[in-house]
Amino acid sequence: MLDPIDVFNTFAPHRGNAIVTSAGTAGRHWQDVSDQPARDIALGGAMGHTTSAAFGLALGLPDEKIVLFDAEGSLLMNLGVIASIAGKRPKNFIHFVLDNECYATTGGQPVPNSAEIDYAAMAKGAGYTAAYNFDDLEDFATSIEDIMNEDGPVMVSIKIQPEVQNLPIGLRERRVTRSRAETINDLRAELGIS
Amino acid sequence: MVQQQPQILRPETLVEEFKKNGVTHIITIPDSETNYLYELMLEQDWLDVVPVSREGETMGVALGLNVAGKVPVCLIQNTGMMESGDSIRGMALDSGFPLVMVIGYRGWTRWGNTPDTAATYTEPFLNAFRINYYLVEHDEDGDRISEAFAEARDTNRPVVVLVGDEYHGFNR
Repeated sequence: MLDPIDVFNTFAPHRGNAIVTSAGTAGRHWQDVSDQPARDIALGGAMGHTTSAAFGLALGLPDEKIVLFDAEGSLLMNLGVIASIAGKRPKNFIHFVLDNECYATTGGQPVPNSAEIDYAAMAKGAGYTAAYNFDDLEDFATSIEDIMNEDGPVMVSIKIQPEVQNLPIGLRERRVTRSRAETINDLRAELGIS
Repeated sequence: MVQQQPQILRPETLVEEFKKNGVTHIITIPDSETNYLYELMLEQDWLDVVPVSREGETMGVALGLNVAGKVPVCLIQNTGMMESGDSIRGMALDSGFPLVMVIGYRGWTRWGNTPDTAATYTEPFLNAFRINYYLVEHDEDGDRISEAFAEARDTNRPVVVLVGDEYHGFNR
């Protein structure tokens, strides 16, 4: 299993100008790595629907590359979305799934069939143009450049180490620096969308 | 004796209202009575139809499209709307953007009582979420659709158009 920070550090040099959004416990680390915060957007807010919103963004901005760092627990809550995405075939959409095999934010309970489920196989079966599994950082590092140059929708499922949260919600460190509305406004300003 | 054609809500009326209000995308799951509307929408070169797998996806996809400067509409049935409660809350209401949701009002009758609980709970559901709605039954109600768009734009909130006749006129 990979450290999610290593995943982000390996991805970052290959980002280009992609718009990036993330979900889940591990996704919070992206803001510490990103060097283009105006092109980072928060689209969470309803269980499993960051994926839907990122899909909508990809449809609405066909000339921009859209990268989603999804979480497997989140994706499972809205799994039909992979068929919806495949049906519209957004060439500009790269869909990472950071798979820690559990609901880290609620204490680490396993997601259904956590060790055996194959998200990349499901995405390929749904109609994504390509799908990959990684459980080794070097393999990921040698593949990411080619993946970022592929036509989407592409799924990249990566096994990561869980960061299990056990503190009561009110005692946890808040890491959000900008609200969802602020990220939306910043991205629109960056893209010149009124 | 010439039998008068019953008043109906024509699918063309919906599509005309969409065009008038600058709609760019329809995110939808077809319901049992909307096939002709679906085909009509596919024929419009200014409109992109986005089929999804579950109704709750529609509000999230709409948020992404709105961020991109597009004008999305969610077109689903009341049963799916109720399934979508958390998405309506977190994606539509909390995001604060203008969104018209066109909802097929399965089970609705003009005389009020219905054996279909999909209808029984539709308006209480919308009232619980404090979402305003406009009922349309036939072509003469078409202006209400534009009123819904205007209210959504003015308030940056979701507004619902309840389609009481599901485009065919059989509910009378």
